[in-house]
Amino acid sequence: MQIYVCVKHVPDSAANIHILGKDQIDENVAFLLNPYDEHAVSEAASLKKANAGSEIIAVTVGKADADKTLRSAMAMGADRGLLVETDAACDSMTTARALVAAIKRDGTPDIILTGKESIDAEGMQTLFRVGAMMDMPVVTNAAGLTVDGANATVVCELSGGNTRTFETNLPCVIGAGRGLNTPAYPTFPDVVKARKKPVETISLDSLGIDAPKGSAKIVGLAPLVQNRTPKEITGTPAEQAAQIVNILKNEAKVIS
Amino acid sequence: MNQRMNKIGIIIETENGSVKETNFGMITLANRGNAQLYALMGENAASAGASLAEYGITTVVDLGLPEEATVRLNPDVRAKAVVAAVNELGLDGVFGLSSAEGKDLIPRVAAYLDAPLVMDCLDVDPENKTGRTSQYSGKVVADIQLTGDIAVFGIRPNAVKAEAAQAEATMVSLAAGADTSSALSLVSWDESSADDSQVSLAEADIIVAGGRGMKNGDNFSLLFDCADKMKAAVGASRVAVDEGWVPYAHQVGQTGEKVSPSVYIACGISGSIQHFAGMKTAKMIIAVNTDENAAMVANSDYYVLGDLFEILPEIIKQI
Repeated sequence: MQIYVCVKHVPDSAANIHILGKDQIDENVAFLLNPYDEHAVSEAASLKKANAGSEIIAVTVGKADADKTLRSAMAMGADRGLLVETDAACDSMTTARALVAAIKRDGTPDIILTGKESIDAEGMQTLFRVGAMMDMPVVTNAAGLTVDGANATVVCELSGGNTRTFETNLPCVIGAGRGLNTPAYPTFPDVVKARKKPVETISLDSLGIDAPKGSAKIVGLAPLVQNRTPKEITGTPAEQAAQIVNILKNEAKVIS
Repeated sequence: MNQRMNKIGIIIETENGSVKETNFGMITLANRGNAQLYALMGENAASAGASLAEYGITTVVDLGLPEEATVRLNPDVRAKAVVAAVNELGLDGVFGLSSAEGKDLIPRVAAYLDAPLVMDCLDVDPENKTGRTSQYSGKVVADIQLTGDIAVFGIRPNAVKAEAAQAEATMVSLAAGADTSSALSLVSWDESSADDSQVSLAEADIIVAGGRGMKNGDNFSLLFDCADKMKAAVGASRVAVDEGWVPYAHQVGQTGEKVSPSVYIACGISGSIQHFAGMKTAKMIIAVNTDENAAMVANSDYYVLGDLFEILPEIIKQI
């Protein structure tokens, strides 16, 4: 199988985000492989194990620094990497076009895996665009994947512990959710080996993608702060509970 | 020149035959511009008209989905039906809830339309086609402006309060027999419990959540009992799901559900950055914690310094 994994180089979720001007963040923070994409890479590694002779190709769109995220994916099992390099901030419509062009130029995917969303833009949509452009079915928030020949069975998580099960044919696009697997973190030898694996860098311009017929542009960024003035509720547990019930009834008006 | 939206199709979610409450705030939001509002209905179109008109819907559209549940509930089929409606009615805006269902539907619609999308909006300015959403694990709010012929917005449930705006609604039924083929087959799903005992986390008006302070999975029954009394949903911190005390589906936070309930009651949750990423837009936060230095306490509206195992049973008793 040719297994493509789309990954993204994102700021660490614990990083302090500082805003520069009105539409950019200070990128001088730790970046890493998007956590949901780790589940996608892990799943690719399992598929490869079950299908001897498979190849895993990690693909990303980003600045030169995104090479680090490809190395992380390779330490977790990807065989090689494709970096579509651009300094521009790409929206989802452009990113999907770039991913699709890079994949088509490289090979013929039997399956495309990725995280269900990135933790920076939180857009939740690029995988669907890739699927639509490749004419492949898409399943997101996968919590279980079984591939049997050309058939795939995917269990998806909805809220409240509910699930939905889909059947589809390969090739398809799968958005990994947290329930899909527990990523096996790379050992030091894995990390060393990943440094020697090949990464092909392709400039975004050289892919010659068509301009999308729409765009999404950040026009303002601001820290999300909620100014709250904490008030203490005192008394015995019974009195405290009574005050909470009173607040729910009369101030928040959420119970009657 | 970026044209404003003139005809907005709003994907309506129903439950047990009626329109879910969270739709009305979304309609209110779409109604802020001067667009005509179309309610796009997968089911219950005939019965829902009156309640939708109360909030400003002028056309109720029956998407004409087939009866057969495996087809009708397939998100890919539903997305194609929405796309067909957009094309047939000449809509230039699409709104839908960023609910569990919506997250599997709205991006499909945007992808098929090849139209830009902002998911999980806390607010939308329909005149400027700009959506406000959180980014970077909830640390930043971004205003994202869309260009192009059609703009798509996913709206976080409960982000906007519904306001009545009475209108007259007419019915339109789209031709059945539209393309319902899909490369994706829905083979099984869990029926949402009809007894309403499980309120969806994303759409809940009250969330009672537990963290490390719950100590074990059995103790979560306290939260479920409390939630049952309040018609609330039960949330959990990452620690609680990683420990296996409750399923992942209950997780609130950056890698869990992002919620904006009216009230968030955090029991034994210290309040990591990642947890706040999922709930900081709650309108009211009540913290129950033994540690007065917990971030959750410092960022609450009300807090109780005490033992949740004493306070929760009292709340259950008093409601």
